[in-house]
Amino acid sequence: MDTIGLLFHGLGLAMAPMNLLYALVGVTLGTAVGVLPGIGPALTVALLLPVTYRLDPTGSLIMFAGIYYGGMYGGSTTSILLNTPGESASIVTALEGNKMARKGRGGPALATAAIGSFVAGLIATLGLAFISPWMVKFALSLGPADYFALMVLAFVTVSAAFGDSALRGLTALFIGLALGLIGIDLQTGQARLSFGIPDLLDGIEVTTLAVALFAVGEALKVAATPPEGEEVVEPVKGSVWMTREDWARSWKPWLRGTAIGFPIGAMPAGGAEIGTFLSYSTEKALAKHPEEFGNGAIEGVAGPEAANNASAAGTLVPLLTLGLPTSATAAIMLAGFQQFGLQPGPLLFATNAPLVWSLIASLLVANFMLIVLNLPLVGLWVRLLAIPKPWLYAGILAFATLGCIGANPSPVELALLLAFGLLGYGLRRFGYPIAPVVVGLILGPLAEQQLRRALAISQGDPSILVHSPAAIILYLIAATALLLPLVLRLRGKGAVLKAMQADED
Amino acid sequence: MSGGAPGHPDRAGLVIAVLLAAVSVVIFVSTRSMPATAQYARVGPTTFPYAIAAGFALLAIGTAVSAFRGGFPEREPERLAPILWIVGGLVAQILALKPLGFSIATGLLFALTARGFGRGPLWITIPIGVVFSLFVWILFARVLQLSLPAGPLERLVP
Repeated sequence: MDTIGLLFHGLGLAMAPMNLLYALVGVTLGTAVGVLPGIGPALTVALLLPVTYRLDPTGSLIMFAGIYYGGMYGGSTTSILLNTPGESASIVTALEGNKMARKGRGGPALATAAIGSFVAGLIATLGLAFISPWMVKFALSLGPADYFALMVLAFVTVSAAFGDSALRGLTALFIGLALGLIGIDLQTGQARLSFGIPDLLDGIEVTTLAVALFAVGEALKVAATPPEGEEVVEPVKGSVWMTREDWARSWKPWLRGTAIGFPIGAMPAGGAEIGTFLSYSTEKALAKHPEEFGNGAIEGVAGPEAANNASAAGTLVPLLTLGLPTSATAAIMLAGFQQFGLQPGPLLFATNAPLVWSLIASLLVANFMLIVLNLPLVGLWVRLLAIPKPWLYAGILAFATLGCIGANPSPVELALLLAFGLLGYGLRRFGYPIAPVVVGLILGPLAEQQLRRALAISQGDPSILVHSPAAIILYLIAATALLLPLVLRLRGKGAVLKAMQADED
Repeated sequence: MSGGAPGHPDRAGLVIAVLLAAVSVVIFVSTRSMPATAQYARVGPTTFPYAIAAGFALLAIGTAVSAFRGGFPEREPERLAPILWIVGGLVAQILALKPLGFSIATGLLFALTARGFGRGPLWITIPIGVVFSLFVWILFARVLQLSLPAGPLERLVP
């Protein structure tokens, strides 16, 4: 079957009443949790993973797709109505969106973000559908050595290329890699770094680590930071509808944002939020009224929001076709697949095509549901924003531990949650990025497997690692990604890179 | 505490460097004590751990240098008490989970976390937390079929 046939087949599956219900529950929960301040898409997905434990794989992944897209929408609502710096996923949206909300134009800001996300999600999901078969063909031609090179590239871009310090990025990555060592070695069955604790033999759960770093670490950080002034939730005054002028000023940024965001997300090179920054500066350069930027220019909301969503869909390309997570959110999605014994990658397209295509189709369905649901329900989301911090974080921690207990009701698991929570606090306190730890944990063991497979094929000759042109090119890109930021930093351009740091996704 | 001025090493940074070095040593020692197996391939289960231990050693040196150069970002002083409340909540939950069940244990976590954010008093927030957690338990254990430890309260739920 060709792509269109497969996609329609997937749509048929996704439109089954039960699956539509799963998608609806997913987008609603995803938006509701994503809207809460301080919760980005990665944590939304990690917190809601336990909800899907008892479903069948297809239903669970469909709900998951809804949660993912819903979390993205929810995040943009937060940054428009509540200027929350620190939520890196939509910092750029907050720049103009919050200004618009303060001027009483919160409605149109939310509308352009929602419709822009819809347009971008639609185009990018179709892009995902049409590019994936090609990527799968490419992926099948890669050997273990090439895969290892690909993972080295992902390590470098996730940890060292962005953020304000390569040293701290790499340290975070190595913490993740070290945690990935814990447990039974897959090839020899030997226990590594488990210190005689039976619970550690199965290794560290990605969801435990992610929830601890993002939820517990964040709660500790927020509680420990002395309060500085009240955060104001901007009320949504007047109509949420956009005027004719708003439409005229929005549609081009939506398309440009999509065109910028999707390729950046799709590259197996870190799902950093560069897309939103590039889109913002593009819109600023092209705007007819550049003086409005910084005071609530609608283009500055429309473009970056579209770029953000397009790059989120783009991240699914390497995840589904190569099994390569390039963001914290994607790493948790990968864990979601693994709970059903599914390993994303080219083989999944061959062995379980209906599942993959119904997942892609349900992303389209989720996208439609969100645009229908979100604008009318804005009042409800705003009320969620107003939950006082003590209750909010008490609830977040209750749900964080719930997921952990539901997966494995052992005191050791909860103790790990606490320990990683303190680690997360320390990382935040001293300016270390979080995402590389999560990516390192899940990608480290995969990289080790590929490396050892490659060396077993070559009977221990390490030159196999640089034997294929694909591997050499990947290493060259990785070296550039490691060295270029160093040069930029030495030339005093570090601030730009710091701004591009993506913590949550 | 603040990011040390040039000339004065950042003490927290030095502590981090020592911790990284300690991790390196732990991985190295733990890997060396692994029972040796007849290894056909030259790259066995110990190669990756040794590489990562070496990486940690290098990062420890880099971090120490960075601490001396004032390479850490500026930090504002932070409060310790809220952290202790929240950590106390998590510990209370671990201890209470088996004997008292999910709702009471998580209710304690809920109330102690709220206390960390300055909301009290505990004799009001603990009941609120327990009722909240009981609803969560009913939703997840009954409706979504997740296995969550039951205690005296949960057994009252039909």
